[in-house]
Amino acid sequence: MTQGKVMLRSEALEAMYPNLASCAVVTIMGATASELYALGHRPNFFYLEHAMGLASSMGLGIALSRPEETVVVLDGDGSILMNLGSLTTMARYRPSNLIHVVFDNEALLSVGRTFTTATGTGSSIAAMAEAAGVPRSTTVDTVEGCRQAFQEALAARELTTLVVKVAAQGPANYHIDVHMLENRFEFQRYLTRDRLKAG
Amino acid sequence: MPVSETNSQIIYTALKDCGVRLISVLPETWLVHLVTLAEADADATLVRLAKEEEGIGISAGAHLAGISSAMLMQNHGLLASLNGIVSLAQLYRIPLLMLISLRGGFGEEHPWQTEGGMVTEALLETLRVPFERLQAPGHVAQRVREAQTLANAALRPVALLLCRELMWED
Repeated sequence: MTQGKVMLRSEALEAMYPNLASCAVVTIMGATASELYALGHRPNFFYLEHAMGLASSMGLGIALSRPEETVVVLDGDGSILMNLGSLTTMARYRPSNLIHVVFDNEALLSVGRTFTTATGTGSSIAAMAEAAGVPRSTTVDTVEGCRQAFQEALAARELTTLVVKVAAQGPANYHIDVHMLENRFEFQRYLTRDRLKAG
Repeated sequence: MPVSETNSQIIYTALKDCGVRLISVLPETWLVHLVTLAEADADATLVRLAKEEEGIGISAGAHLAGISSAMLMQNHGLLASLNGIVSLAQLYRIPLLMLISLRGGFGEEHPWQTEGGMVTEALLETLRVPFERLQAPGHVAQRVREAQTLANAALRPVALLLCRELMWED
């Protein structure tokens, strides 16, 4: 497990943020969405504000549909634990343009009280991803390690599950001033921008 | 195997004629020929799932990326997909074309299919998912086309129920 000061998810997001400018990004709801939004919203960011577990499936659908687009899923331990089969489906098709980041705070945080998930009692997302057949999987627990591993994943052009161990701590507020449907249509327009230009 | 190859081909052709390019499926007996057709089709992306609800996410991603998709599932797969249908497809106004094999109706021999058969249509009504039955080869193309048209106009999930009369040759 982690030692010393535990990285904040917001610090990890900040380390990845510059590289997200050119990626299609799908985040889970709650703290992850709010903290990414707080760094600066972009039309290529989609906040999946419900449907826990399906962010990785959405990312797979986008990655298979737009091979020229780099797709980053910002998942969480609680979310991927609700859809573990998704690791096997991602691994089966292993799109080279998909990076699956899992922020692992070992807790269901956004409910208001910390409930430990199974990653807090010994289950390893990275080991499960590897066992599922995901070609690259690794765990990081420092900001520098996160920055480096994410850049390596971008350069690798191979399906990667990157588990980022973070503190069970959320933002001061969960405010996102983009309506879900506004976000949905903006993201769709971003993903189909070449087609719109051509049309 | 008495699953109709001829009618499976008619259904598959109807999907392709509607521009469907990505198909997600969790295989089951009535869907075997459809899966085989998708596997052999170089112009379609077939996504084999571990559980049907994944297909909702995959179709949502495909739609936002500009690709028309269809989902093939058993009615028990519909039961396993409910939160995705409500909290992703309906909440975010995503069109889904769901082809659902209606197991557990009249003529069903397998006891384990019967409970699901009795709740499928009532469940779709409760979910406000418009649905139509596919029962005869003659109306397949038109109903598939019309289902997709409604899904895209309403930006909502729609369902086509694959019925025993169409899928099974006793």
